[in-house]
Amino acid sequence: MKPAVLTGEYFMTGDVACAEGALAAGCRFFGGYPITPATEIAERMAIRIPHVDGCFIQMEDEIGAMASVLGASWGGVKSMTATSGPGFSLMMENIGLGICTETPCVVVNVQRGGPSTGLPTHGAQGDMMQARWGSHGHYEIIAIAPSSPQEIFYLTITAFNLSEKYRLPVLIMTDEIIGHMSEKVIIPEAKLIKTVSRPKPKGRKDRFKPFAPGPNGVAPMPAAGEGYNLHITGLTHDEKGYPVMDVETQTEMMSRITEKIQRNLDDIIRTDSYLLEDAEIAVVSYGISARTSMAAVIEARKMGIKAGLLRLVTIWPFPEDQIRKLADRVKGFVTVEINLGQIHREVERCVGGKVPIFLVGHPGGTIIHPDRVVKMLKEAF
Amino acid sequence: MTDSQNHTQRKKEIIITGFGGQGIILAGIILGKAAAIGEHMESTLVQSYGPESRGGSCNAQVVISDEIIHYPYVSHPDILVCMSQSGYDKQIKQIKENGTLIIDQDLVHPARGLKCDFFSIPATGMAEKLGRTMIANIIMLGFLTAVTEIISMDAAQKAVTESVPKGTEKLNTKAFKKGHDYGLATLKGRQKKAAGQAGAIS
Repeated sequence: MKPAVLTGEYFMTGDVACAEGALAAGCRFFGGYPITPATEIAERMAIRIPHVDGCFIQMEDEIGAMASVLGASWGGVKSMTATSGPGFSLMMENIGLGICTETPCVVVNVQRGGPSTGLPTHGAQGDMMQARWGSHGHYEIIAIAPSSPQEIFYLTITAFNLSEKYRLPVLIMTDEIIGHMSEKVIIPEAKLIKTVSRPKPKGRKDRFKPFAPGPNGVAPMPAAGEGYNLHITGLTHDEKGYPVMDVETQTEMMSRITEKIQRNLDDIIRTDSYLLEDAEIAVVSYGISARTSMAAVIEARKMGIKAGLLRLVTIWPFPEDQIRKLADRVKGFVTVEINLGQIHREVERCVGGKVPIFLVGHPGGTIIHPDRVVKMLKEAF
Repeated sequence: MTDSQNHTQRKKEIIITGFGGQGIILAGIILGKAAAIGEHMESTLVQSYGPESRGGSCNAQVVISDEIIHYPYVSHPDILVCMSQSGYDKQIKQIKENGTLIIDQDLVHPARGLKCDFFSIPATGMAEKLGRTMIANIIMLGFLTAVTEIISMDAAQKAVTESVPKGTEKLNTKAFKKGHDYGLATLKGRQKKAAGQAGAIS
């Protein structure tokens, strides 16, 4: 039996590092369905989760997988699933159920080329907008994008902490390249890892309201079977959790599930910058493409082009302020991503026409070469 | 690789190519691990995935560097290790000028007049003599360690014992040493030849 936190230095893939991050964060339930290139996360969890008295279940499909994750969370354990494009599509309805029922959990999407079955063994970043709006209705979501196996280890812990704190599904939007790439991963001592668990209710069990928000806009959450009155539904519901089909209740519920995110942007949003202080051109990127972009920025600086990198760690909620502030002082933007312009349009929206903005995109299947970014930096400005 | 002279190298890109089942990916993992864990350098490995890694032509792409590696794919390797003819045919044109080609001479017949630095070892034949064809990859790794010095022998050997299936550590260590010795002998032979030539000129 091995411990939850495998303190040590490893050469491991992003997929394996993700699974180890989940265990370190306290994840004790994995419900999934194998799909390239996310299978190794399920595989690692199947091997490792019995070591920590957790439960692994391979469901009949991704619809069932997502449902099992929500159920496990209401059973009181931190839970997750991992998938790729086609499975992510199938999970969308139940991700919406997780948002509506304010259920903490983590969903990993190891992105591959799409649409449809697409390129199963090759990477892409084409599901970024699906992550934002893939389930029906209006809602807020948290999505984060790691750039290395080491970072996916840490960000998986962050994803669990955010999901527990704000009671919602948190999406880890990684890609095949990081998922299958091996690199050095340092797992720290268990005592150095900060984990957050959902706030537990206090007071009379019979008067408990599972959707009455606490001070930060989030309601405490008991587990099913602890004696609190619980009614959990995807229908529009009041603070008691009972369905109420009127405009007032809809408005109240929608405010609750959107404002708990909107009011805490400073706590949720993380970006990383490189040589941005004196930059004239801001390169905006995330995930594996941010690594490419950093190589391009270094190369451009050697040529005398004042480029800098804004790496988006949090994708949703979108770091609007960070982009707006940059737009007031740089001469232009370049977005780099393995799709044909999804986050690019978000950046464009925030830049609001103040300065020119260009896309270095790719339809999917490989990494964007730094030379393409350098060429854009040289020619566009 | 502790001496300061070697520390001027700084970034090496390696492709190991062969058939699925030869342990090409494992060789890549061991190389990457030796660099990352044993040598405290940066290293990345990207590998063939899917059906090709189980029988078809497959390859492992390893980058070893002092600095953060931004682009983990290798298109023009400094070192190309070939353990199949098809892998050689596919990759040989990609090798960098002044690059190093290393082949399993039992499996690969290189073209004449190659401009790159060239080493060969009968890895598969040696593995057969040790009783397991499967360890040809580890023999090759020992050879690679000796002739290129991109990683130290200690780091490589430690990564071998940590990465191979339990119960096969001894055999694999033996295989590694065989390859390494063959590499050292090859280098010695070269030195002698070079000294002989220098003598002839003067």
